[in-house]
Parts: sequence; C-alpha cells; structure tokens
Amino acid sequence: MSEANITPVLMPKWGLSMSEGVLVDWLVDEGAEITVGDEIMEVETDKIASAVEAADAGILRRRVGDAGETYPVRALLGVLAPPDVSDDDIDAYIAAYEVPEDEDDDEAAAAAYEFADTAAGRLRYASRGDDGPALVLIHGFGGDLDNWLFNIDALAERARVYAFDLPGHGQSVKAIEDPSLAGLTGALQAFLDTVEVNSAHLVGHSMGAAVAARLACDAPERVQSLTLIGAAGLGPEINADYIDGFVGAESRRELKPVLFNLFADSELVNRSMVDDLLKYKRIDGVQEALSSLATELFPGGTQSAQLTGDIDASGLNTLVIWGSDDAVIPAAHAQALGNASIEIIDGAGHMVQMEKASAVNALILAHIE
Amino acid sequence: MNDNVFPLGKEELLKAYRTMKTIREFEERLHVDFGRGEIPGFVHLYAGEEAAATGIMMHLDDQDRIASTHRGHGHCIAKGVDIGEMMGEIYGKTTGACRGKGGSMHIADLSKGMMGANGILGAGSPLACGAALAAKTLGHNGIGMSFTGDGASNQGTFLESLNLAAIWNLPMVFVVENNGYAESTSVDYATAVDSYADRAAGFGVPGVIVDGTDFFAVYEAAGEIIRRAREGGGPSLLECKMVRFFGHFEGDAQTYRGEGENEYNRENNDCLKLFRARVTEAGVVDGGELDAIDSEVLAAIDKAVEQAVAAPLPGAADLTTDVYVKY
Amino acid sequence: MARNLSMKDAINEALDQEMSRDPTVIVMGEDIVGGSGSPGEDDAWGGVLGVTKGLHAKHGDRLMDTPLSESAYIGAAVGASTCGLRPVAELMFLDFMGVCFDQIFNQAAKFRYMFGGKAETPVTIRAMVGAGFRAAAQHSQMLTPLFTHIPGLKVVCPSNAYDAKGLLIQSIRDNDPVIFCEHKALYASETDVPEESYTVPFGEANIVREGSDATIVGYGLMVHRASEAAETLAGEGIQCEIVDLRTLSPIDTDSIVESVENTGRLVCVDEANPRCSIASDVAATVSQEAFSSLKAAPQLVTAPHTPVPFSPALEDLYIPSAEAIADAVRKTMAP
Repeated sequence: MSEANITPVLMPKWGLSMSEGVLVDWLVDEGAEITVGDEIMEVETDKIASAVEAADAGILRRRVGDAGETYPVRALLGVLAPPDVSDDDIDAYIAAYEVPEDEDDDEAAAAAYEFADTAAGRLRYASRGDDGPALVLIHGFGGDLDNWLFNIDALAERARVYAFDLPGHGQSVKAIEDPSLAGLTGALQAFLDTVEVNSAHLVGHSMGAAVAARLACDAPERVQSLTLIGAAGLGPEINADYIDGFVGAESRRELKPVLFNLFADSELVNRSMVDDLLKYKRIDGVQEALSSLATELFPGGTQSAQLTGDIDASGLNTLVIWGSDDAVIPAAHAQALGNASIEIIDGAGHMVQMEKASAVNALILAHIE
Repeated sequence: MNDNVFPLGKEELLKAYRTMKTIREFEERLHVDFGRGEIPGFVHLYAGEEAAATGIMMHLDDQDRIASTHRGHGHCIAKGVDIGEMMGEIYGKTTGACRGKGGSMHIADLSKGMMGANGILGAGSPLACGAALAAKTLGHNGIGMSFTGDGASNQGTFLESLNLAAIWNLPMVFVVENNGYAESTSVDYATAVDSYADRAAGFGVPGVIVDGTDFFAVYEAAGEIIRRAREGGGPSLLECKMVRFFGHFEGDAQTYRGEGENEYNRENNDCLKLFRARVTEAGVVDGGELDAIDSEVLAAIDKAVEQAVAAPLPGAADLTTDVYVKY
Repeated sequence: MARNLSMKDAINEALDQEMSRDPTVIVMGEDIVGGSGSPGEDDAWGGVLGVTKGLHAKHGDRLMDTPLSESAYIGAAVGASTCGLRPVAELMFLDFMGVCFDQIFNQAAKFRYMFGGKAETPVTIRAMVGAGFRAAAQHSQMLTPLFTHIPGLKVVCPSNAYDAKGLLIQSIRDNDPVIFCEHKALYASETDVPEESYTVPFGEANIVREGSDATIVGYGLMVHRASEAAETLAGEGIQCEIVDLRTLSPIDTDSIVESVENTGRLVCVDEANPRCSIASDVAATVSQEAFSSLKAAPQLVTAPHTPVPFSPALEDLYIPSAEAIADAVRKTMAP
C-alpha cells in the first residue's frame, strides 16, 4: 500500500521537559526535495529556538502545520512522500494521524531528571537509552545538562546516555569543595561511581571537555573514547570578556550581549535563555562557584589547564569537534592534538552541539562504534 | 574634705556636674542665639531637666539604647553624643551628627546607643522596645529605654508599648518626664490619673516616681530599675517630676504659665543649684572645683558654636544621598 | 530541584530558609504562630491563612505572636532592625496600616536620611493586599501607592510563586525597609519553584509575554488578568507585551520605556483606586520619557474611585477585568 511510502514530519522533542513547540516558520516550500540534514522549519519552545533538520529524505508533499501555531511534541507538521502517492492517500494519512499516546512520555516526564547522591554532593542527571555502551555528556562553564537537549535522544538510539550537571551548575549542589579542574574531575568520577558505570565514552563540551580529558588521562581504564567539543585545555586563549561578562552580568541587559558569543547565529539567544540563565545565577552559591572556577581555570584571561601533552601521551581514541565561528575558544585549538580526528563544522559557534546537532550526533555515533 | 556620703565617687560627682552643666549651658546658649535669629527651624530646650537625663544615663553604656523626644539635647549630651556634632546638626551643617539632614529634632548617634530625638511624640516607645527585644534576642545585657513627656505618655504607642514590654518581659525602661505641660496644656487637664506609676501598674508594669530635680533621687531610683531590667526582671516605669525653664519651643510666649512661675522655678527648682549645694555642704566637693568646670563648659560650648558657624552647609549633591542603603 | 509550589508555600519556604541561614532573622505578627497562651494546639493557625504554619516547630521563639498592637510591634520591629536584628513583621492586612503608619513612614522610612546615612533599617513588613475574597472594604484594598509615595521605603508585589520566594529572600537580605505585599487571591497559584534559596533583584520588571503591538504594565493579580486579555487579543491579531513590575519602588522604568518604544502603545493596569495610583504614575513617566514613541494616549485601567464593595456581584465589577484591559488595548489600536 502506498501508505508505506509516506513519512511524517513531526514536531521534535528537544530534551526532557519539552511538551510543545511553536512552528515559527517553514524554511522550504511544498513540493521541495528534502535531503537528510536540510533545515526545513524553525521551531521555538519556551527554552530555545532552532532550525529543525530533516531526519528523512523525500518530497515535501504537504505542509500540515501553520506558521505561528503551537503543536504538541510529535504532532504531524508535514508529510513526505514520493510523487506516485496520491493526494487522496495523503489526505487520508493526515486525517488518520494521531499524536502517539506516549507511554514513554509519562515515564520520561516522571523520570526525566534524577538525582544521585555522590561523594561530590547531590548531582542532577538524566539517562536515556537501553542498549549499547555507556556514554557520558559533560557540559561546560555556566551550562547544564540541557545544553545537550538536541543530542541526548539521538545518541540514546545507540548508547546508554548519561548527562549530568557539574557541581555549581544546573540543579546539582552549588557548593564546590574544590573549584578546580581536579575537583570537577573528581565529581565526574564520583558520578560514574554512583551510577555504577565502570567505563564510558566521554563527550565533553568546553570546560567539560577538559574535565573529560583530565579523567581520561588520570584513569584511562574508565574511559573508552574521548570526544572534545569546543574544548578547554588545548591552548591558552579564551575570550576573557565572555567569561568576565558571564560571571559579572546582573541583569538581562548585561547578560544578553554576552551570550551572543556562544552562537554563530545570535538569533538563538532568546529571552527565555537569558531569563533561565539569570535565574540560575541568582541561586545561592552560584556566583561564588562561577567566580572560583573562573579564577582557577581562566586566571587573567588565559586558560590555566593545558592538557595536550597528556592527551597525546595517553593514546586514547580522541575526536575533536569545533564550530568554525567559535567566539569563546578559537577553532585553531582543534589542531592542537597530534593524534586525534578533527572535525571543524562550518557556520557554527561555540555551542556547535546545539547549532549543528545532527552533524555532531553523527560524528559522535561514528566515533563510538 | 569630709567623707563621701554619696553613692558616687568624687570623680563621678564631678562628671555628673559637668554633664548637667554642659546641658544647661548648651541650652542657654541656644536660647540666646535662637533669639538673635541665628538658628534655623525649631528647638525645644531641656534646660531645668538636666538631673533626670544625667542621673539616669550614668547607669548606661553604649550598648544600651535610648529613644528620645523632640526635646532631645539633654538626652544626647547625657548619652555621650559629641556637642560639636550636635551644634553642627542644629545649624544644619555637614559636620552635624546627621550631616545636617535631621536637625535638632532628629539628632541621633547609633554608635552611642542614641536612637534619635523624634519629632513624633510617643514614637520612641515602640522603637525602644525593639532595642530591648534585640538585646534579649542577641543575648547581651543591654536595655532599651524610651523617654516620653507627660503629654506623649497619653499616646497609643506608649500604652501599647507598656503592654508589649510586659508580655514579652523586655529589658525596657519607660521614663516619663513629667514637667507639667504638654506644649501649653497642663498635665492635670490631659491625664486622668495622678501618677504615671499608677498607670503603669494598670498595665502590669511596676513604676516609681521621683523628684526629677534631685539628681541623687533620680540616680538611685534609675539604678535600681535598670539593674532589674538587665537581670531579666522585665520592664519598669520611672516618672520624673521636673520643670522646664523655657517654653515648649523657642519662640513660645508661655502665656499659659502662672505669674512669676519661671522665676520661681529658677530660684527653687534649679537642679544644678540643688546639686551644688548638696555636694559642697557635705564638704565632698569644693565650690572652686565646680567653678572650674563651669568655665571649661562655657569654653567648650563657645568652641562648638564657633565651629558650627564656620562649618560648610551641605550642597545640592547631598540632597538625594542616603535615602536608601542601595536603591 | 524544581517543583510546583504555591505562592503561600513559597513564602513559607523563603522565611524558613532565611531563618535557618541567619540567626538575626525573627518573625512576628498577630497569630503567625497561633494559639499562644491558649490551651489547645501550639502553632494553631500559622497565620490567618496558614502562610507561616510549621515555622514555629523549626525555629521556636524566633517566631512571636503579638498582641493587637500594630503601632507597638511594628515599631518594635523597626527599632530592633536598627539594633542588629533583621525582623520580618506581619501587618496582617495592609488595610491596617492606619494604626501603625507613623512607625513605617515617619520612622523606618526616614532614619537613614534623617540620621545622615548613619542608620540602617533592614526591616521587612509583610502584608496581605487585594480584593476577591468578599472581605469587604477594610480588608481588600490595594494601598500600594500610599507606600510607593514615601521616599525611604521599598515596595514589592510579586505575581507568582517563583517571584514571591525570590523577592521575599531579597527583601529580608535588603538593608532598607521593605513593604512586601502578598495578594491573597494568588496564595494558591503555583509555579515551578527551585528548592534552593535564590533571589530576585529589586527594580527589575519581568516581561511575562512578548509582543509588538501594545505594552500592558501591571503587578500582582493584574498580571494574570492582563495575560487573559492578551490571549483574547492574540486571537484578534493583536500581540501584547506584558510587563510585570514585581517591585513598585524601585520601579523598572527602563524596561517599561524600552517596551513602549517598541510597541508605541501603553495600557497601565492597577487594582488600586485611580487617583495617584501606580497606573497614573507609570503613564505620566512614560509620557514624559517616551512621548515621541507613543502612537496613542496611554490608557489607565484601575478599580473605581470607591471603597471595595462586599456583595460578590459588586466586588467582581470593582476588580479590573480581562475584558476591560482588552478594551483599553483596542482603544489604543483604534486609528
């Protein structure tokens, strides 16, 4: 039956708490030929706005969703089908489509975030995926596990994914006993111990990459591979204005321009992102945590941790990913390691794992095979 | 010299005299300068009441807090506020205790436990209860003390404070300075009871009445009450019957007074004269020592006035500062 | 951890956390514990609407029931705040301000200035405001303008549980006297509230909804009414921006002006009576600061110039409605 050839275009689920999104606009017309990875629509949630990349190829036969409207996750927004499928069949498909009653959703909602009582304190984390090797995602300075919201689900198709909030961040304990690279590495180790993951593929972003690398060098038996995204620790340069601005900003007006440094497309910095970060910064203990870390890791506007020698010496299977337009840590640092696979992604900034999620996910999945 | 029959050592007697004399001459000087049109605003002079402030305050230190009245110069001086800062404040200069922004009615020095003179009658009693509550909560044996006149002691704030201090057993002393007049109105008219001590009893607070022109009577009664408060015995009321030599405010024609009343008071109810007589007749202090203090005090006040007159006025930039700690 | 919490519980949690953190914080008010000296239960009420329930068990004597003596105990809280304590005094209903206003506006508000910057008065006075409970004229007013008028006071009125907890913590930590207004009709409203202590700064409005056609400025319950109006208007193709003031003194004039410069239209909503209201204050300021941006005259939507009526039918007419707000927006949109 020709229905077998119809592929739905759905409202994506980004991260663990998204339940609906606004279809801001279509980026392609009806009748357009779509390839996997093409940006086909703009979607906005209360957390973030982003372009949606096509997961499937085909001809966009129908645009079902209207620009400006809000739809639940997995709502039918469009239909791909080859030319031989009739319009009537497409109409029938659309009429019959129901947003799946996600049993997964209830569970997901309930267990979206969990808490682990580790030696480094109480840490929030999320885990997805049932099969495959363990893979741990480590965010960067001032971030949290939601930095991986475009990555978790895709990676969970082939790995047991863990993403956690470092101490001083997200909803983890805010007091950092040892606000240094060693301290954070200890927290990563404590997390692995508590969730009983003996060894894992480590994927770190920015400061989180330095943490991953440090653990990989100190305890190689716990690390199966290393993926370093926009990583700290591979060179001395860092955008000190960004760090100082991030730590010092006390209002929306002060913080918003600072966040432009994170993305190649500054449109991605929406009110919600700024407000969420301000709310985080206003939690007791955060200001102290961020200041201590900044003083320790980026004193006088240079990176104090230099890990290239150790990483090279470790012989670990390492992948380096960088956005070509990274305004926080220069893309040139991607070339620092002697023995790594290096992928520079055009048109992406420091948060490349968000701006070019599909590409990054594909690279990681290939790397951990 | 004879043996000292007084409850204070000679040093302290001289100190008491110096304090009272400073208050007296401070107020007398203000009376003169105000009359010449040199003082802005309003002043309410404490002359004649010195023994009350002094006799009480000699039992207090900086940790004890007092809330004063509009007639606060005497309380300030007895509590240790610098007279140079006081005069500067009265003249509205930046050298004033409040940088010229409060004036005579709002002179304060929190470092000396002086929570401020107050332009709202009766407002000090709740504030002083707060000070007593703080002392009790923070666990030091400071006390709170409010001063109210015979008029303000009819305010709801005063009466509510008696009850509040009693139920919370606060280390609080309510001093009623009964000089017979609330502005122009006699206490006989305005107050239904004959004694504020009786009124306090009605609120469950013990009270004592003393002759406020007798330094030693005040000193003794105050000492007892303050000690009790410090030791957790709760609040008390001390009514000091006294006279004020001047009007309610400077410029008050005092037409409500009887014929020759002021002259009579100056002659018979002058607490300084009475003190001098007592200590010299007992042979404990020599008149010459007191005269020396008189000269020093006058010189100190001259100096305070000179400095106040010469000091700068605040400028436009000062108008909007210190409304908040941080806005 | 975040979880949904009512505004009432958020306030309770703010008090609990600040009392745990700072031994100089004390809490006093009428029946805030409840049952003092009575033969029945301890902590019998925990406040007339239960906002302070459970705190006495944790913090004991640092919570004090007071007699019916507002001028004495509000004054005591003020005096104590100049002597090293950080008191949180509850004035049960802001309507009761008449019996203790001197201690607030002549004493607390003025110490710092009158004493030449040498005093700090870190007292927080919490009070219920607002109509909708059929509590009639003397228990339902929105008297915030009387307090915003006074230099030396800060005035805070959250519209939701998240802001309530953060603003109350900020109020307690602030070293100036703060009037913290709790809208009784919002006590049950819930939002996501972090477990940890956090602050919300004063003088920062929150843009609750973005839009480019008209700016609606409000606070407290009126933010919710404005949101209803905005939903209706969105259906008519009108996109409203809603500015939740959060703090009335200091007030975030910059954000209001920025919004009006973008939309060109202003509607000020206020549950207070119209004369000298927050609404008229904002409208006047915007007219002065952003006149050239205005495409239409600012509209004021307030309660009428009457006391709050008792009869439910009348009280419902008294409180500005979503439809009245929408009408005011439509008026600014008219060519």
